[in-house]
Amino acid sequence: MMKSFDDLIKRPVTWLSGEGEHANVVLSSRIRLARNLSKHRYPVRAEPDEAREVVELVRTVVDRSELVKEGIFFNSESLTPDDREILIERHLISPEFMRDEAPRGLFVDDDEASSLMVNEEDHMRIQAVRSGLDIRQALQRARTIERHLAEGLDFDCDTRLGFLTACPTNVGTGLRVSIMIHLPALVLTKEMDTVLSQVNKFGVGVRGFYGEGSDVLGNLFQISNQTTLGRTEEDLVDSLEKVTRQLLMYEENARRRLFTDAPNHIRDKLWRAFGILANARVLSSQEVMNLLSAVRLGVAMGESMGLDLRQVNELMLSVQPAHLQRHFEKEMTTEERDVARAEMVRKMLTRKRTTRRRGPRKSGEN
Amino acid sequence: MKCENCGKNDASVHFTQIRNNKKTEMHLCKECAKQKGFHNPLDDVPFPLAEFLNSMVKSGGTGTDPIARLVCSECGMRFIDFSRVGRFGCGNCYRAFRAPLEDLFRKIHGATRHCGRTNQQVDHTVKGVVEEEVRLKDELKRAIEREDFELAAALRDRLKALPSQSEPTESAQQDG
Ligand SMILES: [Zn+2]
Ligand SMILES: [Zn+2]
Repeated sequence: MMKSFDDLIKRPVTWLSGEGEHANVVLSSRIRLARNLSKHRYPVRAEPDEAREVVELVRTVVDRSELVKEGIFFNSESLTPDDREILIERHLISPEFMRDEAPRGLFVDDDEASSLMVNEEDHMRIQAVRSGLDIRQALQRARTIERHLAEGLDFDCDTRLGFLTACPTNVGTGLRVSIMIHLPALVLTKEMDTVLSQVNKFGVGVRGFYGEGSDVLGNLFQISNQTTLGRTEEDLVDSLEKVTRQLLMYEENARRRLFTDAPNHIRDKLWRAFGILANARVLSSQEVMNLLSAVRLGVAMGESMGLDLRQVNELMLSVQPAHLQRHFEKEMTTEERDVARAEMVRKMLTRKRTTRRRGPRKSGEN
Repeated sequence: MKCENCGKNDASVHFTQIRNNKKTEMHLCKECAKQKGFHNPLDDVPFPLAEFLNSMVKSGGTGTDPIARLVCSECGMRFIDFSRVGRFGCGNCYRAFRAPLEDLFRKIHGATRHCGRTNQQVDHTVKGVVEEEVRLKDELKRAIEREDFELAAALRDRLKALPSQSEPTESAQQDG
């Protein structure tokens, strides 16, 4: 069982495992359920004593339930600013969670497949995430946590409006489904706009993670539901899955086309990205994501780059600033991080190529 | 180009979003982009809530606008406060602001009524024990702070005497 923060971050993140349905294209399926206690003011309005009481109530229920055997509960005061940055990069907490020093709590289970934020925007935000396209398993896990909490806590639920939430955009189911999807071929073939106008987007939003400039960072997109009131959880999940499958199909077709129509061109592009990553001495956080996107596409298309999907996924996380600092065990400036990042990526890419065998090797080849 | 959110800093993050089959572009500064969670998949889908809420309160909510003067009796939040922060103060705000909220829900969700499962039946015995445990721990902390060790010992005994964790039953395993 996990005992400390350090244990937590040493463990591999299961949702980056590169397993699950369509993991070549879909990175993760994420569920969030927002719940609040009745007769308690919401975090934004609560005095510190009331907020602390909410943390203690939730913590007590977690401690008394089976959940306690499966993970660890942190009070926000016990987390250093660096710890918090790491948790944000791991998507376990949101920036909102560390907005100020108000009492908050975080429960994380052993394999980071689920977590619970106490006193973020709502009293409770239950989250579950799975690798690949697997919304239903994620929803089931979130409901399991919800059920444990409901054993000792009274959620505020209105017959007319469903679960009440701090923000009117979450009321009803309190459910947010969010799929992270990698669409490099659609971006490369400049089909993104056309595709987006063709998929059935009823109540579903698609957005890119943007860096500086107008390029989508790492060609990663997020698909999520925009409404939470008036439709059942099942209905929302179905819509999300449908849109995801459509985008997935377009992306797979585009990949196939690229590799049949211009195999040398596309392979050259991907291997050049690999070459830069394996040799660069300075890598910005933006550049690394875009190059890793190309390598991820290469690995997904069966190029022998000496890495598997899990390793590429994990690299995308370990090159983030807070993780990098934790790895090198020191505070760094942006410039120092860019050098350290290049070093980490270089080691990863070159080591894997010499230690892993892919197919028969000719004598003399190294 | 200035940031569309704060209007102060230069916009450096450009963002495209599809909402209800409509493509919208947003140009934000770094801070606002971070705040709006464009780098964070946990965050909600950005909805122009502030804009809409402002339009609901006439003339900045001063004077005689009856909607702006609605107040939640539980947390003291006024509708005018809500329209500025976009967050409720407590569950009762939903009842206090019921009339103007219908419009807002229709705009955000295209619906005004919940559909699907509601609260699971809470076990009031467990709930009572949990609340008692939190109360006793709080008292214990205060007793220790006051160095009232006699009371602290008594509170510890009472904490120990509480029924231990709920026995998980098979019936509790079914999905809600
Ligand atoms: Zn701004
Ligand atoms: Zn209120």
